[in-house]
Amino acid sequence: MEEKGAQINDSELNSEVGKTVESAEKKPGRKRKRISFSALIASMPMMLVAVGLFVICVGYSILLSFTKSRSFPRFNWIGLDQYERLWNTERWLVSVENMFIYGVLFVVICLVSGFVMAVFLDQKVRFESGFRTLFLYPYAMSLVVTGLVWQWMMEPSLGIQNVIQKLGWAGFEFAPLVDPEIAIYGVLVAAVWQASGLVMVLMLAGLRGIDMDIWKASRVDGISTWRTYLFIILPMMRPVIVTSLVLLAVGVVRVYDLIVAQTGGGPGIATEMPAKFVIDHITVRNNVGLGMAAATMMLLPVLAVIGPWIYREYVSPRKRS
Amino acid sequence: MGSKPQTSLLKRSMGLDNPWGPRPIKTSPARMGVYGFLIVAALFFCIPLYVMVITSLKGMPEIRLGELFALPNDPTVAAWLKAWAEACTGVQCNGIKEGFWNSIKITVPSVMVSIVIGSINGYALSFWRSRGANLIFGLLLFGAFVPFQVVIFPLIIFTREMGMYGTLPGIVFIHTAFGMPIMTLLFRNYFSSLPEELFKAARVDGAGFWQIFFQIMMPMAIPITIVAVILQTTGIWNDFLLGLIFAGRENLPMTVQLNNIVTTTFGVREYNVNMAATILTALVPLVVYLASGKYFVRGIAAGAVKG
Repeated sequence: MEEKGAQINDSELNSEVGKTVESAEKKPGRKRKRISFSALIASMPMMLVAVGLFVICVGYSILLSFTKSRSFPRFNWIGLDQYERLWNTERWLVSVENMFIYGVLFVVICLVSGFVMAVFLDQKVRFESGFRTLFLYPYAMSLVVTGLVWQWMMEPSLGIQNVIQKLGWAGFEFAPLVDPEIAIYGVLVAAVWQASGLVMVLMLAGLRGIDMDIWKASRVDGISTWRTYLFIILPMMRPVIVTSLVLLAVGVVRVYDLIVAQTGGGPGIATEMPAKFVIDHITVRNNVGLGMAAATMMLLPVLAVIGPWIYREYVSPRKRS
Repeated sequence: MGSKPQTSLLKRSMGLDNPWGPRPIKTSPARMGVYGFLIVAALFFCIPLYVMVITSLKGMPEIRLGELFALPNDPTVAAWLKAWAEACTGVQCNGIKEGFWNSIKITVPSVMVSIVIGSINGYALSFWRSRGANLIFGLLLFGAFVPFQVVIFPLIIFTREMGMYGTLPGIVFIHTAFGMPIMTLLFRNYFSSLPEELFKAARVDGAGFWQIFFQIMMPMAIPITIVAVILQTTGIWNDFLLGLIFAGRENLPMTVQLNNIVTTTFGVREYNVNMAATILTALVPLVVYLASGKYFVRGIAAGAVKG
């Protein structure tokens, strides 16, 4: 559809070029102008999405959070009542707490294990690409698949726990999903399994990008390999670490599929997450106002993490050459 | 006779000057440690896949023995057939094959449309650089990180007003919109990396905006298009939330059907069927991943690291 529009525009443009070719030759500025006009047309979809989806829709959601909307939007203002109710809702508090426990551990474990795997792979090992393929393949699979596999392996009577107990270690326990106290750690294991390969790939690319002279210099100075990695290379990888951090952190706020597939938020409400809270409230619970208040709260940490990063990396004119 | 030692001598001297074959690796304890760690890590990553496959090949009586890691005594594909054609997703019992075809119907047009639009956007942005363009681009990028939850309700209302809610065009539209930030980024960075002289030369020869795009830029953009196809195919195939909400009852994608099969059970849970359905769902992205290796990694890097 879009392409057709583009081609029509193309032929129009060509005929126009034919008509005004002389004047274009006289005034070099005109052609440039036409090019930027075409560019404007070409970037229309992007602008529409950027403004429509990420300004209007976000704004609309925030507006609705100040209303009493149930299953349809209704603009009867009730101020901050929904937020007050939200922060008095047990389920929301559990969700936020879970997100922090899960989020901090997930980010830290993924960063550390990703870096360690990258360093080990960087030792000129044989079968490097084989190992890399194995470490990264979970990332190609969906979170639904991840959740279901780990749910099966954590099954108390037929899963890993049972196998180890049968081997003679009677006190062994590995069935976190049935215990509300530790169920969130069961989700954490699955999430780390899925995402740490991603960090490994980013970190490995970062390691490969480091100037070999650094290595030579540290060797000349007699610094041991692991000290070089920890105190010289690691600080140099700051951009890669920041990027990984941003990607992981955004994944934390978004986590929905994994919870739905692996625990359904249970046992009880032990593994509820904000993302699930919002979806449940705008669908089955028919409480859009409260759901949108929760969504607005979700937006805050994302803005806090992403805003400065995007500004520094892309918008700031200092960086654009 | 006399020439034999001579050639071996020659070979040896050649070997010294010009070593060939794999570099001899010293097997020190540290080296063993490196391999030991890598192998343990590889096991951790492999175990779920292994368990998935062997569970799906077992019969239910064998699964009830609780030997999670044991190879099947009597491998059977019965569970696979049942998962494909008979497993129940809620009320209907047509297996996961409907979900498979739905996912194809959703993924193929979504990938194509989002790449066409993303490449045009990226092209326009790559040489049209003003403060305003960067601002719009920053906004779009911010959109790549906004949780879906924040925009989903307004989008439900919008698509409902447009009559697209719960239809195939609706879900394609949604995937295109959400894929636009990353696609634009990918193509913008790629086109920016091409030498500017190329563009200038075409301009001197009188090519217009679209002519340059279709005749010069796109043929050169084949590698990045492959990356984009891989990124979008796995991303859209693995999507759960958007399919659940926007695709409608008739078009539920495979991930949603899979979750329905596993969570809606009447009576005994058939773990072998569940695992077979799980593998079937994971198969498409896995094949894409294994077949594309380098490009998959490039997609991650391009999406993550700014150009």
